[in-house]
Amino acid sequence: MAVGIRTRDLRKVYTSPPPLAVRGAALSGGFGKKPKGAKAPNVVALDGLSLEVAGGEIFGLLGPNGAGKSTTVGILTTRVRPSSGEAYIGEFDVWRQQVQAKRLIGVVQQRPNLDFSLTAREILLFHGAYFGMASQERHKRANELLERFQLTPRADDLTRGFSGGMMQRLSLARAMMHDPQVLFLDEPSTGLDPQTRLLLWTIIREYNARGKTILITTHNMEEADALCNRLAIVDHGKVIALGTPAELKASIPGGYLLQLRFSSAPPELMESLRRISGITEVRPNGEGIDVYADRGGSLISAIVAAAAESSVELRDVHISEPSLENLFLHHTGRSLRQ
Amino acid sequence: MNRKTFFALFSRDVHVARRNLVATLLQTMLQPLMFVFVFGQVLTRTGMMSASYKGILLPGIIAISMTMTGVQAVAMPLIAEFQFTREIEDRLLAPIRIEWLAIEKILSGTLQALVSGAVVALPARWLLGSGLGISTEHLGLVLLIAVLVALFSSAGGLTLGCSVGQTQIGLMFSIILAPMMMFGCVYYPWAALASFPVLQKAVLINPLVYASEGLRGTLAPQYPHMSTGVIIAVLSLMDAALVLAGLQRFEKKSVS
Repeated sequence: MAVGIRTRDLRKVYTSPPPLAVRGAALSGGFGKKPKGAKAPNVVALDGLSLEVAGGEIFGLLGPNGAGKSTTVGILTTRVRPSSGEAYIGEFDVWRQQVQAKRLIGVVQQRPNLDFSLTAREILLFHGAYFGMASQERHKRANELLERFQLTPRADDLTRGFSGGMMQRLSLARAMMHDPQVLFLDEPSTGLDPQTRLLLWTIIREYNARGKTILITTHNMEEADALCNRLAIVDHGKVIALGTPAELKASIPGGYLLQLRFSSAPPELMESLRRISGITEVRPNGEGIDVYADRGGSLISAIVAAAAESSVELRDVHISEPSLENLFLHHTGRSLRQ
Repeated sequence: MNRKTFFALFSRDVHVARRNLVATLLQTMLQPLMFVFVFGQVLTRTGMMSASYKGILLPGIIAISMTMTGVQAVAMPLIAEFQFTREIEDRLLAPIRIEWLAIEKILSGTLQALVSGAVVALPARWLLGSGLGISTEHLGLVLLIAVLVALFSSAGGLTLGCSVGQTQIGLMFSIILAPMMMFGCVYYPWAALASFPVLQKAVLINPLVYASEGLRGTLAPQYPHMSTGVIIAVLSLMDAALVLAGLQRFEKKSVS
């Protein structure tokens, strides 16, 4: 029976630099040098985050660095204590029934955290032993995973000298070793070459096909689009949009985004842009104007005409097709990469 | 407690300790053995020290080797694993309450400290040659004190390992471990500090004092030493305090 994930109104406020689990994520506040006598900084990482992930689903948390994705994973995997709110893995309250919750989960952290004192094979064998697997079963499963992740030739080497891609593959193999019902993948393909990324995606899909629940955090739209059944877009510790990738993309007015720069942007130009058929929304954005529309390039001549009417020159155009990046930009006014 | 998981965590530490055996032995044994040779052989043979010094030195050397092994076996990996490599995360996710992982660390550190005491005692005994005056009459008490010493060293290592940052390792050696070693009554009995009354009282906060004096009182009781009863009581209290402090620090360090 597939196991789901649920959080209700999760809040997390860090009063000191987060020690371990979420260090990879640059939180939105700052922990830089503070002047003498200043109060400890309070950084709100999560601000009432509620999620419901169905059993057997691949669910994505999409958001920029510091949005609260890693903190959410940290709380769900017993590594970060929430300031308030609830977190459940299946029927188990993560903070009251830690051991039961830990039995159900496998975790791949953002930065490899392999046991450098052990060989690749030993890492899998000991991990299996922590979860009480019998010796024979452990060896069989370790061999299968090493083979599947193309690590057999290096199985008996210490992992200190492994490349980033090999470490990431081994981290995922380790997380799958005890065959957990729920897999957490925090930015699984950051820094991987395309070939390794595709291998990981294939393996993640196969694992999911066996009824396992997978929660992925990413700021890579391509990954979210390719893997996830549903997505939550997270910013400043809150869910700001939720749905299937297709639903989310369809929710952007028009879908296409044209980022325009003019020599100046008088109000009458905005008005005449709004009147062009096919344009659904016109928004000032700094020195430029963002236009959401149902098509892209074919609108340019009408835009140039509108500009000429207002005696303004069109200086730069950037057209993007319907994408999660545009969706994010639409909701937050910021790019995912910022 | 989940016994299978606890045993697997313990086996991992034993496996790693075994893999690093030669390096660990060199790291912990070489310095005390050189001390034994210089103080126990060179200085006594040239007449700069009396031959009876050998018997005073040996228990102190065993105490310091155990203490340093226990502290380093637990503290050094933890400092790196918590801060830089984060290797410990996999074990924090094992299906067991995390305080058991801390207890497992204490247990494996205690075991390594006991092994180090035994391993250093033999070559030291051989290096010192005859006329040691070591007695094996109170072997039971020797063992009890050795266990208490090993326990405070590994629990102390846990507390230090969860309190010291990676950039402060050098500082930890120079402001905690070095004074502990010099004022731990390793190379002289506590009674010898009588002419420094303030220092004699101040060193009483140093657990190594009780370790050296305790082993001295049971292995070479003919030399001045503190009362063994007091030592057992103080060591037990220090063990309890350090275990509690270590568990608390560990939990604080593991969960954000």
